[in-house]
Amino acid sequence: MTTIADIPQAKPSRRGSLTLRVGLALLGIHLVLGLLTVFWTPYDPAAMAGGRLSPPSLAHWAGTDRLGRDLMTQIMIGSRIALMVGAGAVVIGALIGVTLGLLAAFATRFLDDVLAAALDILIAFPTLLLAMLVVAASESASLGTAIVALGIALSAIVARLTRILAKRVLAQDYITAARTSGTSWPMVVFKHILPNIWPTLSVNFALQFGLAVIAEASLSYLGLGAPPPNASWGRLLQEAQGTVYTAPLGAILPGIALVILVIGMNFLADGLRDRADPMRGAAR
Amino acid sequence: MLFVLLRLLPGDPASALISVGADASQIEAAREAVGSNLPLAQQFVRFVSDLARFDLGNSFVSRVPVLDEISARLTITIPLTLFAFLLSIVIAVPLGIIAAVRADRWYGAAISTVSQLGIAIPVFWVGILLVSAFAINLRLFPSGGFPLRGWADAGEALRALALPVLTIAIVMSASLLRYVRAATQDVLGSDYLRTARALGASFPEALIRHGIRNGSVPVISILGIELATTFLGAVVVERVFALPGLGSMLLLGIEQRDYPNVQGVLFISTLFVLLVGFAADLVQRLVDPRLRDRMGGRP
Repeated sequence: MTTIADIPQAKPSRRGSLTLRVGLALLGIHLVLGLLTVFWTPYDPAAMAGGRLSPPSLAHWAGTDRLGRDLMTQIMIGSRIALMVGAGAVVIGALIGVTLGLLAAFATRFLDDVLAAALDILIAFPTLLLAMLVVAASESASLGTAIVALGIALSAIVARLTRILAKRVLAQDYITAARTSGTSWPMVVFKHILPNIWPTLSVNFALQFGLAVIAEASLSYLGLGAPPPNASWGRLLQEAQGTVYTAPLGAILPGIALVILVIGMNFLADGLRDRADPMRGAAR
Repeated sequence: MLFVLLRLLPGDPASALISVGADASQIEAAREAVGSNLPLAQQFVRFVSDLARFDLGNSFVSRVPVLDEISARLTITIPLTLFAFLLSIVIAVPLGIIAAVRADRWYGAAISTVSQLGIAIPVFWVGILLVSAFAINLRLFPSGGFPLRGWADAGEALRALALPVLTIAIVMSASLLRYVRAATQDVLGSDYLRTARALGASFPEALIRHGIRNGSVPVISILGIELATTFLGAVVVERVFALPGLGSMLLLGIEQRDYPNVQGVLFISTLFVLLVGFAADLVQRLVDPRLRDRMGGRP
């Protein structure tokens, strides 16, 4: 029996870490490109470095856009913006969401019901729509507004998940044991609840990152994201839509870059989940 | 609940109405006009009584009653949503079942992989790609817009909706497919399916008689969420294809700071989301009698 059990265990564990590695590699591409733009870009992003809408060449690997700016430069800056948006939105969403979720888990029955119902309704709205409303409410569109808006929109999802997870942990005997032995509630939260729910939360954060990147691109596409000269992929695609017949690359490459990042994050989430949750038949 | 949501999110309606840098008297006048200077309780009463009469106010910009504008635009958004919804069910359900049943074959794995790709693609990019393939290169469909005469010209209207519907359906079916596949996998591992097989039912027979009914319960609640998401997600697709639907009304409302329009669209959307959720609940109970008792007390 033990020999049989050993064999199927070995296989999924390799697969799990492969997903994780592919995810990290895809994310790594963007990290390198994005970080690189802090120090160096192939061309000045605002400079009209070549002819308008020129096809790919040795000088411009991805061609130029309708103003003659180097497309590769724009896409690389897009990486940096996407990473900033994803990370920023997830951090904000996590801070608000985890706090709210924990509050709901600890709250009295009535407050908990109210919070849960409110979260359910908020979640029924797509992230993008909530973000649009937050942007609409703010005075002007900027990269910061977009990040905050997305973070707030994501926080509902995080809050609901945290609430469910924390309630499950709170029902465990060891919490009663900890309380009986004199551990204060804040200590219980930091020593028992957060460490226990963290693995599941982090998987969710990786997925949220992807969601945030797509939502930001959509915001920029709709003209509600960061204003020029921030070369968000969404805005690049929106600008290229009009010239898709003469210069199709401009409408394709930013999209591919975005899909690579989001798939990378999804793989990373899968890999993390396999690692965090041995019950799903994968590696510890 | 709705009131709180509407009030919390977009800030003071008056600040949306006026331009940046207005002086205090202008602000006060604007607040007077939208009634946000009244105490909150009074606002609430006004809000509820207006809603009860289905009075959503008039647009700040065009002075047209918000409800008229919404109902005109729904003639585009509702068909768009429903066609896309039906098409994505037609795509996702069979493919999802195949992906689960034939997970060991190459096409089962291929379906799963493609659906993984599908959930990572932003819907507007699918739209752009479809436009460039079918509208610009093949010239099969218009690249955007809607016939001015609306549904009086049904053929043209349908042609205008073809690409947007396909766009939404592609993205929606990708995520739906994953739920169908997961539900089917649960069914495949279940005891009742094995019992049915042991009693002599063939595999397809057992799957159709027992599997579909059981597997559809979780999928229906997802379908409810997806339908609501599609309805709201039409915002982006309507922009790609320049369709004058509810989504573009919301966008225009935001751009022009036309607060009654934004609020009206939001109200109708919330109503729709709640109704769909309720409907999904009802359908679930029709399909699964066990839920009728267990969830009897809950709304």
